[in-house]
Amino acid sequence: MPVLARWIEAAGMPTVVVTMMPSVAEERRAPRIVGVEFPFGHAFGMPHDRTMQRGVLELALRVLAGANAFGTRVDFDLEWPVPLREAYRAWQPKEPSPIVKKLLAARER
Amino acid sequence: MQVDSYRFLPRSFRPLYEGRGAFPGESEPVWTPFAKRLADSRIALLTSAGIHLKAGQPAFDLDGERARPEWGDPTWRIIAASTEPDAIGVAHLHINEDDLLADPEIALPMRGLDQLVADAVVGSAVGEHLAVMGYQDRGLDDWRRTTAPAILEHLRAQEADGLVLAPA
Repeated sequence: MPVLARWIEAAGMPTVVVTMMPSVAEERRAPRIVGVEFPFGHAFGMPHDRTMQRGVLELALRVLAGANAFGTRVDFDLEWPVPLREAYRAWQPKEPSPIVKKLLAARER
Repeated sequence: MQVDSYRFLPRSFRPLYEGRGAFPGESEPVWTPFAKRLADSRIALLTSAGIHLKAGQPAFDLDGERARPEWGDPTWRIIAASTEPDAIGVAHLHINEDDLLADPEIALPMRGLDQLVADAVVGSAVGEHLAVMGYQDRGLDDWRRTTAPAILEHLRAQEADGLVLAPA
């Protein structure tokens, strides 16, 4: 996703990436980054929590419009309101993805 | 606060992401200044959560990925801003889709953006937002050659001034 942002940015369209892995987005050289410490699949927050979702989206738009240098990163200052173990389990797919299955099978051999 | 980028990632996955640096040829800064005021700008959203319309659009090709685990469907979908939440499907084998189906705004906040337009924070929203399926790390050539130029053409046709991208 950071690399897609780079291609679009390079073609003349400003971009911001909202991501739960902002340090990876920095390594991959995204132009503008908003970090969220949220489970995967939940870039804008909890289901039906309009206040949280608006907070993330508004921060992303402020960074998009107001950042003045490549690599600007601003993190959203909110802790996920679900205990870590529960949230960690909840975001994961119901069965391992094909690549994970393949890696697990290779490890067993 | 500083976000811990690995808080929700299985520990064994961390080396797949951390310290890998930029993709080859993708380390130089790229920058387009945001020229307008936000309140005068038209904004587009892009999600990589595998969102598609249940009627009238094919889902992302999950059977293809099951057959070739290193491959992810590189195609893209248009999601009209007026789409009702219950018309949205999710095809992504790397996340749990329950919360996304319950409230697609967590990945593609089209209504949230409309509200910011109504509140005059943002000038306007495009009529057609964008969706991809984000498992692409091993197949970036298709995204680079086909998907990115097509997305860019769409954004220009929609007269977007800026794009918010959100990985799943």
